[in-house]
Amino acid sequence: MSTKVLTTTRRAFLKKTAASAAVSALPAWTHEPAPVPLEQYQSQFFTADEWAFILAATARLIPSEGDGPGAIEARVPVFIDLQLAGDFGKGTKWYLQGPHDPNAPPQLGYQSPLPPAEAYRAGIANINDWCRSNHGRPFVELSPKEQNDVLTGLDNNQIVLTSTLGVNFFDLLLQNTKEGYFADPMYGGNCKMSAWVHIGFPGARASFREWVGVNKPYPLGPVTIAGERA
Amino acid sequence: MVATAKKKDVVIVGLGWTGSIVGMELCKEGLEVLALERGDDRDTVPDFRYPNVADELKYGVRYALMQKPRNSTLTIRRTLGETALPYRALGSFLPGDGIGGAGVHWNGNTFRPMAEELRLRSYVLENFGESIISEGMTIQDWGITYSELEPYFDRFEKVAGIAGKAGNINGKIVESGNPFEAPRSGEYPMPPLPQTVDALMFAEAARRMGYHPYPLPSGNASEAYTNPYGMQLGPCSFCGFCDRFGCFNYSKSSPQTCILDALKRKPNFEYRVNAEVLRVELSPDHKTATGVTYLTAEGAEVFQPADLVILAAYQLHNVHLMLLSGIGKPYDPVSDEGITGKNYAYQMTGSTSLFFKDIDFNPFVGAGSNGIVIDDFAINRIDFGAHGFIGGSYICAGTSNGQPIRSMRLPTRTQSWGGQWKQAIKEWYGHSMSIGSHGSNMSYRDSYLDLDPTYKDRYGRPLLRMTFNWKPNDIRMTQFMKTKIEAIAKSMNPDITESDYKSNGAMYDVRPYQTTHNVGGAIMGTDPNTSALNRYLQSWDVHNVFVMGANAFPQNIQYNPTGMVGALAYWSVAAIRKDYLPNPRSLI
Repeated sequence: MSTKVLTTTRRAFLKKTAASAAVSALPAWTHEPAPVPLEQYQSQFFTADEWAFILAATARLIPSEGDGPGAIEARVPVFIDLQLAGDFGKGTKWYLQGPHDPNAPPQLGYQSPLPPAEAYRAGIANINDWCRSNHGRPFVELSPKEQNDVLTGLDNNQIVLTSTLGVNFFDLLLQNTKEGYFADPMYGGNCKMSAWVHIGFPGARASFREWVGVNKPYPLGPVTIAGERA
Repeated sequence: MVATAKKKDVVIVGLGWTGSIVGMELCKEGLEVLALERGDDRDTVPDFRYPNVADELKYGVRYALMQKPRNSTLTIRRTLGETALPYRALGSFLPGDGIGGAGVHWNGNTFRPMAEELRLRSYVLENFGESIISEGMTIQDWGITYSELEPYFDRFEKVAGIAGKAGNINGKIVESGNPFEAPRSGEYPMPPLPQTVDALMFAEAARRMGYHPYPLPSGNASEAYTNPYGMQLGPCSFCGFCDRFGCFNYSKSSPQTCILDALKRKPNFEYRVNAEVLRVELSPDHKTATGVTYLTAEGAEVFQPADLVILAAYQLHNVHLMLLSGIGKPYDPVSDEGITGKNYAYQMTGSTSLFFKDIDFNPFVGAGSNGIVIDDFAINRIDFGAHGFIGGSYICAGTSNGQPIRSMRLPTRTQSWGGQWKQAIKEWYGHSMSIGSHGSNMSYRDSYLDLDPTYKDRYGRPLLRMTFNWKPNDIRMTQFMKTKIEAIAKSMNPDITESDYKSNGAMYDVRPYQTTHNVGGAIMGTDPNTSALNRYLQSWDVHNVFVMGANAFPQNIQYNPTGMVGALAYWSVAAIRKDYLPNPRSLI
């Protein structure tokens, strides 16, 4: 994760990015040290088993094959770990007082007593139990096809996680995976803005008056909040 | 031990749009005015500055500028028989907190309601007969007419700096404005914004079909502008970080950009933040308020005496405070008696997505309030008798943002994860647009607000309880709009078209964002037996309490509420200045 602080003014920043886009094809990232490999990453929240699950599950949700980065290349697991270790994981903004109705209609929203981090802990354990009961092995040891089938079963509510009633754990995992794919790289995912480059989102540029009503591809690549270019 | 603070002439609860307006206008009378805001202090710098504000995760997804349910929430149920459960995480609607309130993070769509909407019940009775008002529908007149309010709409639009194109100036129809609007006394303060690709395509298609496209009236400045308070706005840069964000560019109309710096310079104005009002205190005979009791940031309880109490919090919280303070008899849907909490309503929306492989919409080129609108199916254009519903919509296309976490529009045949999803986001990002229906929502006997019997807030007060569901009348309305929008979409020849409208049996779902247009609960009207407030937004029961905001709407209009909320605040404070202050009493 970059700790570079943007000290230039916005005007200077825009001038610099516009000028360098014109004269240089060298991405700023070539000067950055390579991030720690995911296998060596020291997780803030997950246990080793949970970290292995998150690596495997996010790799199925956004696979590496095909055009564009997968969750692994974008370092989505790092994003999820940092989010769960922080305010989001602790549910510091949410109303979590009881009583809780585990059988509430889903349309009434999140009704679990568990903040998101605890829902992950309980949900991952529950999925691994299900895999051991039905396949004799935890999730990470299943084949990609079997892993996809488990995730599909969760998505379709054919596999019900009794430890996380009142929260749709699959929806939470998928939402956080997409957040990590597309959020600014300062949060640990979307490594090198690779997901923004994949779809053509210019990130934090935030000034497009001259492009209003123009039906042509926007010419500039993305920038981060910290001022890096792709 | 409750400390008693030095008495003020006026105490205002909440410092968003209406609190800022009332504060400004009452300071002109030389009164000592104190505003109590329970959220944080916020200003363009440092809170909304670039590039930090261009952060989708923090503001768009984690809701940094919104209320935290842990600090303040409500419970929700769909029917009288269901057990209401807490709105634990934000979803369907996003009340703001902090200085500026929701006026910081709104889009800026600033409409005036149609004249017919303000006397809806009378309009229906005169034109279609009572029989079309379905059992349990409790629509009412507002007790005020459009022509009475016109100068106050004009005032709010000039203060907020609205960009648009008039369609009817003093009865004369003006080309390229909205020909179906009620007469305006003049043009908008600023010309319309330029339009994005989708809006231009929609305008052309609508015109070809004989409809009457006009630019969405926008609280995003189109040029340099100085408002009547001397506040300055600069033209919008289409940054694509508007709704859910504060504006870094001094372009979006907000209390910060339009009022607060001028207000803070008044020597007789004071505001305190992290000051949460617990209740309005009443005199022994309950005819007047003596002030409010609030908690400081340090947790100390303070009684703030005041001659005049202005409730200017968000709609839900104004009603909650009235219920907690015993202002007005709580509404009971079974006996149909009582008034506080009556007639909660929401907004019926739907949309059709159009996918075009070969068009570059560049959705990140967005302004919160950019777009083209038609009112050809608005309330005064529809034969309610022939179509079998009461209501109407404005139909609009425009782009506010292309933020990829929350605005990734894909054909529904696409899987939501896996390799196909990854391929589809590349294929379809920036190659779709949407045409939306933004429609009215009628009020009903079993859609109301009261106090929850089970759940409490962090101070031990009962949470507000919302009872609300979609009703057949409003579903028929949105299904009617679907047919009209799909016909426009078809004429544009997209590669794929998909529609999303409520259909028969739809139950209210609190999870997906819909709108923060919660209305009613402390409604204005002509009769103390059927409304909580008189036509000046004065409590019928406690005459020195005035209640600003969308809680006054007896049912929801087809438009975004802020234009009406702003005009009502100016109307109410004009009555306070002219008639109430010289002789404090019930004005009716």
